[in-house]
Amino acid sequence: MKTSSKHIILKTEALSIGYQQKKKRVVIVNNINLSIEKGTFVAVLGKNGIGKSTLLRTLSKVQNSLDGNVFLNNKNLSEYSNKELATSLSLVLTEHLPESQLTVFELIALGRQPYTNWIDTLSAEDFKKIHWAIKQTEIEHLQHNRFYELSDGQLQRVLIARALAQDTPIIILDEPTAHLDMHHTFKIFSLLKKLVDTTGKTIIISTHQVNLAIDLVDELIALSDKGLVNGRVQSLIDNDTLEHLFSKEIIKFNKTLRQFTIHKNN
Amino acid sequence: MKNNKTYKKQFILLSILLVVLWFVNICLGSVSIPFQEIFYILIGEETSKESWQTIILNFRVPKAITAILVGSGLSISGLLMQTLFRNPLAGPFVLGISSGASLGVALLILGSSFLGGSLLSLVFSNWSLAIAASLGAFLVLSAVIIAANSVRNTMSILIIGLMFGSLTSAVISVLAYFSEAEQIQQYLFWSFGSLGNLTWEELLVFFIIYVIGIFGTFMVIKPLNSFLLGENYAKSLGIHIKKSRNIILLITSLLTGVATAFSGPIAFIGLAVPHIAKMLFNTSNHKILIPAVIIIGAIVLLICDTIAQLPSSEYTLPINAITSLFGAPVVIWLLIRKKKIYV
Repeated sequence: MKTSSKHIILKTEALSIGYQQKKKRVVIVNNINLSIEKGTFVAVLGKNGIGKSTLLRTLSKVQNSLDGNVFLNNKNLSEYSNKELATSLSLVLTEHLPESQLTVFELIALGRQPYTNWIDTLSAEDFKKIHWAIKQTEIEHLQHNRFYELSDGQLQRVLIARALAQDTPIIILDEPTAHLDMHHTFKIFSLLKKLVDTTGKTIIISTHQVNLAIDLVDELIALSDKGLVNGRVQSLIDNDTLEHLFSKEIIKFNKTLRQFTIHKNN
Repeated sequence: MKNNKTYKKQFILLSILLVVLWFVNICLGSVSIPFQEIFYILIGEETSKESWQTIILNFRVPKAITAILVGSGLSISGLLMQTLFRNPLAGPFVLGISSGASLGVALLILGSSFLGGSLLSLVFSNWSLAIAASLGAFLVLSAVIIAANSVRNTMSILIIGLMFGSLTSAVISVLAYFSEAEQIQQYLFWSFGSLGNLTWEELLVFFIIYVIGIFGTFMVIKPLNSFLLGENYAKSLGIHIKKSRNIILLITSLLTGVATAFSGPIAFIGLAVPHIAKMLFNTSNHKILIPAVIIIGAIVLLICDTIAQLPSSEYTLPINAITSLFGAPVVIWLLIRKKKIYV
């Protein structure tokens, strides 16, 4: 159940994201001031190359920020050790996994690494968490398969299970539905929504499924050429933020349908 | 991570095979000694011929132990490199370690003609070869690690290692060009590899470094397993990437460096054995793979050495030729049968 008290789990202050190229800094988005409550389902929207992945990578410390601060549970992200961060935040990335013979079970079990001893022995507690993650993502029938035998949709569920097994209050997913058809895209979205509703976890995704996101998530982070706007879905509709998400000649936001539609004359 | 029990049988069988092969290796050689006598010598009883005792205790037993240490050490190095670089073609020598060792030895043997006779007497001692090889390996590896810490991409380290390898080979070629035939031959003999000629003191030094390396390998099981998901996931699981990478590089250089120093650059084992282990055990979990690779590496080199000494003949073939002659077809056969190769 969602907590009634407003606990801000993730906050940024004047955050600048981008990357350092030799001595030149390339700023992608400037002055980001986000605040995300515990137990919300958040989607980062925006066109290709606008900085969605960079934002998520910066929030999860895969990449360093250029300026400003990120606070996770009121503690500055830069003060987190790798190990401490591993018990606070888990990831599902878009990158391909290197080839190996890992089984689905073993892959999910790797999510328990922050808790296991020096030779990676699984405790009863670890097994419990792994089985719970497998059950939540409905992949019981796949657990003894090798991960390379899975379809994209199945693999995505396995990666979500791995993040769940890591038992963190926040899960960040970079385009979890990138290679999926409509059916599987919807299944992943509803799985994530169910997890937010039942476990009180905070889930942040980046996605191009804008219409689905508007329907299912609680909050949006909209990235456009005008910068970043963060808020509840309805408030972003009301203040016309979504109108400016894409170039208006082709795609338009229809307020009554709460959907993006394509211009007929194109 | 799971199903540890099902591997028990394989481990017991492999261990028995290792002990049997160790005995076979000791029993066979250019001088034939009755099995019963060998047994007496090993348990410390009197034998009918003193020379047999010398052959067994000061020659064959150290050689068989060297085979085990070299075989398992190089194989573990290969496994570490394949996982670190996520490349099935990586081996213990990709970091330029063998070229570094070769350079050290080449400078000692080939360079001695420039430095005059004073050094020449030193050349023939086993220790000076080992020290030269270690120094060479260590220097090249330090250069690789320093370079590695200024590049972010792990793949770049692989290429930097290969480049250092090319550089040192070039220097060796230049040295060889200006050297006497006799010295070139001596260098060539070193590069053939040899498991024999180690005294018990040398073996003790080898063993201590080997144990440090193997102990270190068990300490990095967790980072190794997390590397199976790629560096970003490993980091998100709490692994300190640079630190783990440096420890893995250090272990590899210790194990490969010491093996190369004492027995020359032995090819192929380090590349092939991890694949044999992965195919036999069907897993990528390093908790299973590390002990498997240690045992299989020892077994493979014992077999190669047994073949190389051409039982009951006066000749001994270069170990380097045997490892490739017999190992390459085995790996090709395994690949054709299993169709797929893994990191």
